[in-house]
Amino acid sequence: MIEVQHLTKRYGPFTAVDDISFTVDKGEILGFLGPNGAGKTTTMRVLTGYMPPSEGTAVVAGYSLLDKPIEAKRRTGYLPETPPLYPDMTVREYLEFCARIKGVPRGERKKRVSTAMERTRVADMAERHCGKLSKGYRQRVGLAQAVLGNPEVLILDEPTAGLDPKQINETRNLIKELRGDHTVILSTHILPEVSQTCTRVVIINKGKVVAVDTPDNLTSRLRGSETMYVQIDAMGADAGGTLAALPGVTKVTVSDTKDSVTGLEVESEAGRDVRRDLAAAVVARGWGLLELRPMRMSLEDVFLKLTTQESDAPVASDVVASEQPLDSARDEAEVAHE
Amino acid sequence: MSNVLAIARREISAYFASPIAYVVIGFFALMFGFFYYSLLLYFDRQSLQAAGQAVNVNEQFLRPVFLNATVIFLFVLPLVTMRTYSEEKRSGTIELLLTAPLTDLQIILGKFLGAMGLYAAMLAITLVHVGLLFVFGNPEWRPVATTYLGLLLMGGCFVSIGLLISSLTKNQIVAGMITFGVFLMLWVINWIASFMGPTTQQVLNYLSITDHLDDFTKGIIDTKHLVYYVSFITFGLFLTARSVDTERWRG
Repeated sequence: MIEVQHLTKRYGPFTAVDDISFTVDKGEILGFLGPNGAGKTTTMRVLTGYMPPSEGTAVVAGYSLLDKPIEAKRRTGYLPETPPLYPDMTVREYLEFCARIKGVPRGERKKRVSTAMERTRVADMAERHCGKLSKGYRQRVGLAQAVLGNPEVLILDEPTAGLDPKQINETRNLIKELRGDHTVILSTHILPEVSQTCTRVVIINKGKVVAVDTPDNLTSRLRGSETMYVQIDAMGADAGGTLAALPGVTKVTVSDTKDSVTGLEVESEAGRDVRRDLAAAVVARGWGLLELRPMRMSLEDVFLKLTTQESDAPVASDVVASEQPLDSARDEAEVAHE
Repeated sequence: MSNVLAIARREISAYFASPIAYVVIGFFALMFGFFYYSLLLYFDRQSLQAAGQAVNVNEQFLRPVFLNATVIFLFVLPLVTMRTYSEEKRSGTIELLLTAPLTDLQIILGKFLGAMGLYAAMLAITLVHVGLLFVFGNPEWRPVATTYLGLLLMGGCFVSIGLLISSLTKNQIVAGMITFGVFLMLWVINWIASFMGPTTQQVLNYLSITDHLDDFTKGIIDTKHLVYYVSFITFGLFLTARSVDTERWRG
């Protein structure tokens, strides 16, 4: 659906996007991840035909942006970083104007506008001037504008920026609903968003693609070995040695202690599940097993690992240990919300 | 074409949704009314002094009124055109237009027609004054019609330069000021003509936007002036298109 080949964009001497290539298949939701200034917005602007690339080609919905920009634009909906609203128009007027310039036939305009307003939940503000909307509504009216022509391709630049948690959830659900009949590219720097909504992730840094994969694969690919987090109450002094002696376990480190409770990180050979043995060993010695769970590298860690300079350095384990519980708690909260 | 009209409609509604249209039209109406009144007093005295000799309302009253009125356009048109591109660039709405299935030309023509619409609204106000003249006197209608044609063409030149300058900057004040400067320069450029050599003199006289209006106010449609105005407008719009395009490349 979208094919980007050797795309380069320079602003004078500065190279914003440096020879990136990727493809997006029909029905996919591609997450575009990268630190600020990585070239996400520039790439999206090229894909929407806002600016031409310095080098390389991009094909959107079967039309090359260089040869048939109008055809490509007709099939693309775009939400820029700042929603492009005219403050002096009401939401309905604005969307009707958008429908007209997007070439929606006269007879269908009213219906399309109201469908788009329903979908993005802005119908209650239809007669309000765009300039008087809150940030959340502005963002959603921008989204309504993007989905208006029922385009095959949707390009969303930080669609959830500035929304409150409830609206973020609604927007994510909306994006998930769009999946299937639309191909979506969205950029974000909120990582749980990617793992929740996207089918594939492109991580870019300094204008270059550093990784393309599914969120799950990315997290597991960068994890060399399996690591378990074990929390034990009132364990003996030799506990570390005992656990390290179990078959398959390669390394045991103490990550935190509080009163009599100790948290341990137990690394094992990749692909080998040592949870059963670990639990049995702890219980057999009469220690209290409070917690036992696999530690996965969160997308945050993957992201940091890929986008920081010393990418060869091992990911600091204390970061993993402290981030992980927080991250999973957040995920759970969001799941509960849905 | 429907795209061009969509943009033009949105431009006009933007003028009328903001105070711009009312301030500009109000100011114009006030100034034009004053010009009309003062020249009418002058014409009145002239016709008394002429004592029985025929006086020409078109030649001695309407023509000076409209030629003077062009000064007002010099002041107000920069206010109309300065926002066309600058405002969209600053607020980011230009991204909506440039990523919609529209050609640059459609956007430019739409904006041009929008500004011309407001200009035409200003001219429409003067129909009241001219209408009064037809009620109480018997002026010729043909020179009046050519005057309006000339004014529309002259306004088109101003608007096309205004669009070009607005497309060059994000700052409306800068756009307005430069536009005003350029208008003024094109206005007075032939003041120094008589001091120059014959060729320079011709060139300078040719460049002056208002000089070409003169024949229209006399009821003459000279292709020389038509060509001048139409090519001026086309060139202005062409440069605007180039400017919008380079802006894309520069990002």
